[in-house]
Amino acid sequence: MEAILDRYNSTSIEEVKVWFKAASINDFPADGGACVKYKNKQIAVFNFARTGKWYACQNVCPHKMEMVLSRGMIGDDKGTPKVACPLHKKTFSLENGENLNGDIDPIATYPVKIEGDNVFIGFAE
Amino acid sequence: MKKVIVIGNGMVGYKFCEKLAAHPNYSEFELVVFGEEPRRAYDRVHLSEFYDGKTAEDLSMSSATWYTENNIDLHISEMITEIDRENKTVANHRGDKYSYDYLVLATGSSAFVPPIPGVEKEGVFVYRTIEDLEATEAYAKKLKAAGKTEAAVLGGGLLGLEAANAVKNLGLNAHVVEFAPRLMPRQLDKGASDMLQAKIESLGLKVHLSKQTQHIQGDKAIEGLQYVDGTELKVDMLVVSAGIRPRDAVARECGLEVGTRGGILVNQNMLTSDPNIYAIGECALLNSMIYGLVAPGYDMAEVVVDQLTGGTDEMPEYIDMSTQLKLIGTEVASFGDALNDAKEDLDEITYVNKRNGIYKKINVTKDGKKLLGGILVGDSSDYNSLFQIYSNGMKLPEDPEDLILGSRGGEGGSLLGDVMDLPDDAQICSCESVTKGQICNAIESGKANDLGDVVSCTKAGTGCGGCKPMVKDLVDATLKSLGRVVKDNVCEHFDYNRQELYDIIQVKGFTTFNEVLDTHGNGGHGCELCKPLVASLMATIHADTANKEYAIQDSNDRFLANIQRNGTYSVVPRIPGGEITPEKLIVLGEIAKKYDLYTKITGGVRIDFFGATLNQLPLIWKELIENGFESGHAYGKSLRTVKTCVGSTWCRYGMDESVSFGIELENRYRGMRSPHKIKGGVSGCIRECAEARGKDFGLIAVDGGWNLYVGGNGGATPRHAELLAEQIDNETVIKYLDRYLMYYMRTAKPLQRTAAWQDRLEGGIEHLKEVIINDKLGIAADLDKEMQTLVNKFECEWKQAIEDPEMMKRFSHFVNSDDDDDNLVFVPLREQKMPEHWK
Repeated sequence: MEAILDRYNSTSIEEVKVWFKAASINDFPADGGACVKYKNKQIAVFNFARTGKWYACQNVCPHKMEMVLSRGMIGDDKGTPKVACPLHKKTFSLENGENLNGDIDPIATYPVKIEGDNVFIGFAE
Repeated sequence: MKKVIVIGNGMVGYKFCEKLAAHPNYSEFELVVFGEEPRRAYDRVHLSEFYDGKTAEDLSMSSATWYTENNIDLHISEMITEIDRENKTVANHRGDKYSYDYLVLATGSSAFVPPIPGVEKEGVFVYRTIEDLEATEAYAKKLKAAGKTEAAVLGGGLLGLEAANAVKNLGLNAHVVEFAPRLMPRQLDKGASDMLQAKIESLGLKVHLSKQTQHIQGDKAIEGLQYVDGTELKVDMLVVSAGIRPRDAVARECGLEVGTRGGILVNQNMLTSDPNIYAIGECALLNSMIYGLVAPGYDMAEVVVDQLTGGTDEMPEYIDMSTQLKLIGTEVASFGDALNDAKEDLDEITYVNKRNGIYKKINVTKDGKKLLGGILVGDSSDYNSLFQIYSNGMKLPEDPEDLILGSRGGEGGSLLGDVMDLPDDAQICSCESVTKGQICNAIESGKANDLGDVVSCTKAGTGCGGCKPMVKDLVDATLKSLGRVVKDNVCEHFDYNRQELYDIIQVKGFTTFNEVLDTHGNGGHGCELCKPLVASLMATIHADTANKEYAIQDSNDRFLANIQRNGTYSVVPRIPGGEITPEKLIVLGEIAKKYDLYTKITGGVRIDFFGATLNQLPLIWKELIENGFESGHAYGKSLRTVKTCVGSTWCRYGMDESVSFGIELENRYRGMRSPHKIKGGVSGCIRECAEARGKDFGLIAVDGGWNLYVGGNGGATPRHAELLAEQIDNETVIKYLDRYLMYYMRTAKPLQRTAAWQDRLEGGIEHLKEVIINDKLGIAADLDKEMQTLVNKFECEWKQAIEDPEMMKRFSHFVNSDDDDDNLVFVPLREQKMPEHWK
């Protein structure tokens, strides 16, 4: 199970080597998320339409290692954008990946940029 | 720098580290820990869950990085074999030496194996560590492969019953063999033990009492137990759980004083006969006792931390051994002097309900003024209150039997009265030793503002969790006493409760979440609490389906299916009243076969398919809908099923057509969204085969019409529905039910079932009769109209979804690929499949 988590490392914008063109912005629901496949990774991408901000993180929830975070509800915890896992409602900050309602390991987050109508996710490899 | 070495990394050893690391003066210490097991400290109390799918990691007391984060040098798989008190060093099994200033012995205990001839035979195990469990599991697998199924547990005490549960979870037939004439002889009396025995026997375990084993039969491997009385029990495996023995060998060898029957002698400071060595937990002999419970062990850890940091805390000379736990699914609790060990002249009050498997006993003083102790089996929900009354010597009600029977006649209040009447030193959380004073003080001092803050700064409720309701009551009462309004706001995004939001949305006619948040919220984005709540309210008010604004729906509603533990979904078509034609049954079978879905009849007597991927959901539903099925709303906070018995259509006792009426009701209320799920039942006579009184609404046919019951519940707190009206006709049933459900949808709290709502409704069922039957509030006409709108506007949301290409987009695992989730692994199970266990 560690092998799956090894695939996901938080990537800062400075570390980005590849901007992967994921899909059109219209493929993502407003104030919701969807999952993007990149090589052997599953990345959850969220469209915070109220502020026009986008976030990306690993799709796997580190609690039970299931590929489900993209299907979770999003919102904010005192201003911090977050996603709630649909399995047990563990919530994670989409800014730094931290588990906001427990002490589960943090999730990996990735930068997102929008160019034209397209959503790009930044990877270090 | 003071160097502290801890020998033993069990629950108590870990708790010592946790408490020292959290101490403000921790920087003055260097902490080294030795554990001989190959893993970090884990929760031994819940060991049987290891066979329930939990992993060693799940049971672990801390995260993998916790020790390094707290500068603790942890050595696992290292056994300390020697203590050199003169030079203040310890040596491990390899001979490596480590010096210390203070030594803490937390070596725990080992399983006691009585010297019965044959205990060395193959197939005899103890129940103590994860390694023991792994060895037992491997042997059980071998047995099952060879067609052998019988396993005995020697010992009918607390641990023995836990072990028996574990053996049962391994798929073997479990036999509990106890020397005493009753189970749990140290905690329970005969009546309580009988009740517990009946409960666990009903689950298929066998209990053999008053049995002393003479020898273990078999050549190489165990084949049976030969009892002293000449009888025998043929078994293929034996787990010995006959008690514990303190592990004091290393202490004994270095000359520390030990008890005659084992245990490292300590004083009230937990100091051994060497002023630099402490002993805590099950290896310590305190007050001439070995305390085999975790709570006193934690208190000992706390005392040593206090001593090391210059404090003067001591262990008391009397330690309360009250416990509350769940054994093989049965609640068991005992407190105070439950067995009258003090041989006082007292009054025993018992309540025995064999029908529900409940036994309650309290011991009260002759004058009826003080509670001395008691036992609860089958229902321990009053444990917290009784324990507080007992431990604080509080005054008893005029009729002490009210303590276990509840006050009969008139309003039923809490046993305890007001929680604020408890003394400040009343221990509320016994796992973490948190008093009422500490909880109230956390708020009064401004350190904490709500329940969450209190839990994180006092740790109350983080152990077994049994005290949580009382902690919440204390927090609410303290806030109230400070003049702070305790509002049941839905979350940080709205300063309104559910009922207020209902009114706002209805009056203003809002149709989107953003409108509500922008005009009445506190900014931000909303969250997983307020979004599905607003979605549910708008569905009730505007008769919308969950497709309307799918991103704010709870995740099950968003995909119109119940998410399962591996991220796949279940599919439940509606089968109203449980009536189905053979043709439709065949269709269901064909679809399940085609998509390779695990198939099961649900608790609500309909058919459930499991293991559908997100991509498969619309394909499956398209076929179901083409064959005349519709959504069963099993995923929604909405009507599930109306369970029916066959009624007068076939049954020779039936008084009315329960199936026909059940179908009518299920079709009437299908699809509407409510604060929580709703289940109904219709029985054709008082034999009640549909179990209607366990449902949110239930009907029983009687001479002259239907009896209508409301507010029943199974679940964690079972409750029978209450009679709302008698001998009414079909039309009146529908009228009253419309009003009842609509009133519930308007006024309940988020995720509150009808039972809890009714319980907290001022005036209870009498108030409901006034509102529903006599229209006391003058709202009956509105309720009727609102429900009729919901009924008229019903649409199958799965039909909507598969007919709209835009809606279909959401049923795809990837947005940029048609692939399915490649992380899914299924394993075979009884000719079907299941997701592999969580690691």
